[in-house]
Amino acid sequence: MLATEDLTIRFGGHAAVDGVTCAFRPGTLTSIVGPNGAGKTTYFNLISGQLPATSGKVRLGGEDITSYPAPRRSRMGLGRAFQLTNLFPNLSALENVRLAVQVRSGKGFDLFSRTLGHRELLDRAMAHLSAVSLADRADAVAATLPHGDQRKLEVAILLALEPDVFMFDEPTAGMSIDEVPTILDIIAAIKQRGDKTILLVEHKMDVVRSLSDRIVVLHQGKLVADGPPAEVINSDIVREAYLGTAAHA
Amino acid sequence: MSLLRAALSDDLPRSRWLAIALVLVVLGLALAPFAFPGAKSLNVAAKICVFIVLAASFDLLLGYTGIVSFAHTMFFGIGAYGVAIALTRMGGEWSAVAVGLVAGLVVAIVLAALIGLFSLRVRTIFFAMITLAVASAFLILASQLPQLTGGEDGLNYRLPAVLRPSFALADGTFLGVRLNGRLVDYYLVYVVSFALVLLLLRIVNSPFGSVLMAIRENPFRAEAIGYRTVVYRTIASCIAAAVAALAGALLALWSSQTNPDTTLSFDIMVDILLMVVIGGMGTIYGAVLGATVLLFAQNYLQDLLGIASQAFAGVPLLANLFHPDRWLLWLGVAFILCVYFFPSGIVGSLRSSSGPRASLSARDASGPKDLKS
Repeated sequence: MLATEDLTIRFGGHAAVDGVTCAFRPGTLTSIVGPNGAGKTTYFNLISGQLPATSGKVRLGGEDITSYPAPRRSRMGLGRAFQLTNLFPNLSALENVRLAVQVRSGKGFDLFSRTLGHRELLDRAMAHLSAVSLADRADAVAATLPHGDQRKLEVAILLALEPDVFMFDEPTAGMSIDEVPTILDIIAAIKQRGDKTILLVEHKMDVVRSLSDRIVVLHQGKLVADGPPAEVINSDIVREAYLGTAAHA
Repeated sequence: MSLLRAALSDDLPRSRWLAIALVLVVLGLALAPFAFPGAKSLNVAAKICVFIVLAASFDLLLGYTGIVSFAHTMFFGIGAYGVAIALTRMGGEWSAVAVGLVAGLVVAIVLAALIGLFSLRVRTIFFAMITLAVASAFLILASQLPQLTGGEDGLNYRLPAVLRPSFALADGTFLGVRLNGRLVDYYLVYVVSFALVLLLLRIVNSPFGSVLMAIRENPFRAEAIGYRTVVYRTIASCIAAAVAALAGALLALWSSQTNPDTTLSFDIMVDILLMVVIGGMGTIYGAVLGATVLLFAQNYLQDLLGIASQAFAGVPLLANLFHPDRWLLWLGVAFILCVYFFPSGIVGSLRSSSGPRASLSARDASGPKDLKS
């Protein structure tokens, strides 16, 4: 189980994430919502280790991982997809995913065998690319893919890590309407398996409502509401903090 | 074909002209003692072999991992001085070569690991400055310890008997070339260099090599998916240092003298930087072609200009412009044009001119049987 205890980060005097205590159970999808600048992505960065916490703790399966660097957290099963597309630009789509498959295979320190000789890694990478319907673009250089395909590739990399905790940061941002269902189906399929913890930052409220088991609301770095979707979306504090503005967006 | 794929680690030239150029270099160097007889041309050929290895090992850092280091000649010098000092102290025996080689490799790898662990966390430009400082300090150290290194004059020593010109491999000559120790020495340099280039080709096409390229492309994301970039970068630095030291040892075994100018100077550092950039970064083959082209230019441009100058003997301005003493000017002009017109280097240009890049999965499709065998 993933949990944060009184998790805080300060930039100068400003607390971007301010004393957030929250636990995420396997088999549930928790959406983290809040207006822009509420600290959602920063909260993700603290959990996956891109930023060091000023105070508080991050726990995974009872182990205090607050001091662990990002690579170690990833290998422990914390998988993260990024809001701003963050790929290996001059490598092929397949190679982007293959590198993620390779992490868990432990072959990274294999100096003397041929990469292409490891068929099983290539096959698994190809399967993950197919899952996001990018199989036919496997050879395309990542930087040359259209934005929507880059978002899909981002998700394929996360799938390839085969993590216990999936962290999606606005996975459908900037995608055209007809591409969105591919990503939502993938998230729904992960949820279906019942043993994975899913954290989702998303602005599209219909998506949040239909997928989430639980909604956590951040506002100015603080956790201000936490509960089942129907309850949270209709609460006064959320209307005030978030939905009042987002409803028109 | 599958043997060739295995030898080249699936990294085929992917361009007809590149393949031709590589075959020419490999065959030209293999036949050099017989095709281009003479002390100077044999010396140039041996230096090309050594510098191909040195430049290829630098490409592992610069082209594949994205590390900018100015300490690469330092490791070259450590390898050369290791063998040179051992041969000077212990005499011209193979045991001395072995001791010097091991000592040089150990010093190079330990130093590379220390520099890596202490400073690869910092930004590229600061790392480059740190390597510059360490390499400068080392150069000064080498010239300030004359008892050990021979100071500015360097060391002159005797090679093992088999490698000396006086050693006769067989009586008489073959194709007009005396079969002596120099020939043995040349083929020692050639075979070891050839093997080291294939080894580097294997490393960059291994799962480890794929992580290096991921780090070059996006170190932040490489960390995020679980690769400890500092560890990988440090290992890459150690491998590059070890191979550079081996190249240095080869040079020491070839020239029977080692001094700061030929092994440690920053002129050499600039040369190998040019070799890699002109040849094409991140390709290994680029180092092969870059080293060949640059050393050819350095050794023969002057002669070529002499011919041109005589041809223009009557014309006042041109004769002066093509005077052999201006060879560095023309070399500079050639580099500027080269970098301007071929920003991705010789290899990059040749590959892009022969159609779209062969792909990972297309390569699989073309040779699945080869891969399994």
